[in-house]
Amino acid sequence: MTVAIAWLSGLLFGLGLILAGMSDPAQVLGFLDLAGPWNPSLAFVMGGAVVFVGVVHRLTRGWQKSCLGLPLQWPTGRGIDRRLLFGSAIFGVGWGMSGICPGPGFVLLGMGSDKGLVFVAAMLAGMAIYEARNFR
Amino acid sequence: MTIDWIHYTPYRALAGGLLIGLAAVVLWLANGRVAGISGIAGGVVRAAQHRQAGSDAYWRVAFLCGLMMAPLMLRLAAVLPTSRVDAGYGVLIGAGLLVGFGTRLGSGCTSGHGVCGLARLSRRSLAATLVFMACGFLTVFLMRHVLLRGLP
Repeated sequence: MTVAIAWLSGLLFGLGLILAGMSDPAQVLGFLDLAGPWNPSLAFVMGGAVVFVGVVHRLTRGWQKSCLGLPLQWPTGRGIDRRLLFGSAIFGVGWGMSGICPGPGFVLLGMGSDKGLVFVAAMLAGMAIYEARNFR
Repeated sequence: MTIDWIHYTPYRALAGGLLIGLAAVVLWLANGRVAGISGIAGGVVRAAQHRQAGSDAYWRVAFLCGLMMAPLMLRLAAVLPTSRVDAGYGVLIGAGLLVGFGTRLGSGCTSGHGVCGLARLSRRSLAATLVFMACGFLTVFLMRHVLLRGLP
């Protein structure tokens, strides 16, 4: 059941990304280009998503377990450390270079884009490099 | 600053955002998992590297399959909106490596920190989001308006 739900969630997520324009790197870069013709649309994407999830979180904050009786995996808050800041900076640079972040990368791959394939392959390699360095 | 009115699609963007939010809510309320793509993909990479197949990997693979199948499913019902990748292969490889490494180091991306983290009012996620946004803006500015090498 959890696997089916995960698949469904991924599907909805992907549809949302496509509808939102997040899977179009040209549109994402249009948002990130403040000095050029600026496309603010993506602000509505994040805004809409955050508000929606935020409201649901507020309404369900007393929950101990999920609907299927699974533990709610709250992220382990480590505080704002250098890893968080450096990692986010590195990610931001990569995002600005391409206009592609992890989710849209997979969507592009699903669209049959060979540029999407190259990006995702490189992204997975980057993740593997991190994992290898982290687990010595 | 000029506004790119031609490509300004606030209602579609909002609808997409709500759908993304719904996806995240479904994963959280049913499976108790945060819909952070970098974490989900990272978990698969980790499982592969340590040769650990198990229930933790299966739901992640299922999520990514759903994500990749979305354009295929949409194509059955409608026309896909255009997606344009101007970056060359070299830039994409570099960018991908940075995104992959950076999201793991920073424990999240636009969905994990930017959507799910901010929705929980997490200070960590706020810091992360501000930093990657700033770097995104700065990188685009440098590439498009300073370096001007024909790169997007």
